[in-house]
Amino acid sequence: MIFLIIIGMSLVTMIPRMIPAFIVDKLQFRDWVNNWLNAIPYAALGALIFPGILSVKPDQPHIGLLGGGVAIVLSYLGLNVILVVIGAILTVFLLT
Amino acid sequence: MTTKAAADQKKSQSIHMIRKGITTGLPIMLGYLPIAVTYGVLAKQSGMTLTELTLMSVLVFAGASQFMGANMIAVGASAMEIIIATFVLNFRQFVMSLSFMNRLRDIGLNWKAPLSLGLTDETFAVSALHPKEAKREKGALFYTALFLTAYFSWIFGSFLGGVLGEVIPDKVSQSMGIALYAMFIGLLIPSIKKEHKVGLIAILAMLINALCIQIGMGSGWAIVFGTILGGMSGIHLLKEDRT
Repeated sequence: MIFLIIIGMSLVTMIPRMIPAFIVDKLQFRDWVNNWLNAIPYAALGALIFPGILSVKPDQPHIGLLGGGVAIVLSYLGLNVILVVIGAILTVFLLT
Repeated sequence: MTTKAAADQKKSQSIHMIRKGITTGLPIMLGYLPIAVTYGVLAKQSGMTLTELTLMSVLVFAGASQFMGANMIAVGASAMEIIIATFVLNFRQFVMSLSFMNRLRDIGLNWKAPLSLGLTDETFAVSALHPKEAKREKGALFYTALFLTAYFSWIFGSFLGGVLGEVIPDKVSQSMGIALYAMFIGLLIPSIKKEHKVGLIAILAMLINALCIQIGMGSGWAIVFGTILGGMSGIHLLKEDRT
């Protein structure tokens, strides 16, 4: 039963991931579509960060925000992503 | 002589790209390990065997869906319900994949098709901010190495979680929960520094996402709408810099 669930989950994850690989060569997008698609990474980053970050500690949304704030500062200072991640983890660790 | 030199150069370019891909993938590894371990622990508690929970990571490779899947298995949801919920939650990867594949036009389908299977929120975010490699020689190897680094960290972490059970203190695993968000921030801020309007696109997407959740939409769909509608602002904002 669980194997059936895993196979099913695998298929419905693989198919949407794979279809674009096959169709993109057959399509020539207009400039505005390209602009749209090029903006997707930044939009996706935004949507993935907020409001999800509030639920790092579900009962205390400010913890996630503070961790995020530290990440913003460290990243703005030009630190490598790994150090940004470590800094945010430490912040949350010290606050909880 | 010259052909040998050319072959050597090709080889060193391949190694260079693979190395670069692994290095670029390290932050994902750091973010994935604690989350994968948590998934492993949770899946074990929900009654899955070590083989099943690891196999799910091998075949599905999608964090949020796997957490949800394990949860739904625990509460005894039907296979159909779980599979449909997974589809809804992962539909955003269609949008991400379309954006990513559009950048990878120079790379053949023989690479693109397998690469597409490695797309997650995190691998997409990192690779989409490294679009130049797609145009370089052996660029496909860069993305392959990056994706495999993430993939194996995910599988290894899940397995570890399944073996360890609950030995990791709550406080540690909770602190690790910020890791992926911090990585997303660490990717976004340098892009905003380079081009401020990119920040506007991200903020719009955040607001749309928050709004969708406010009106009661599931988090999977909210991210889909936030990404698509937020990205739509790029039609106007990114107009000038067509290269």
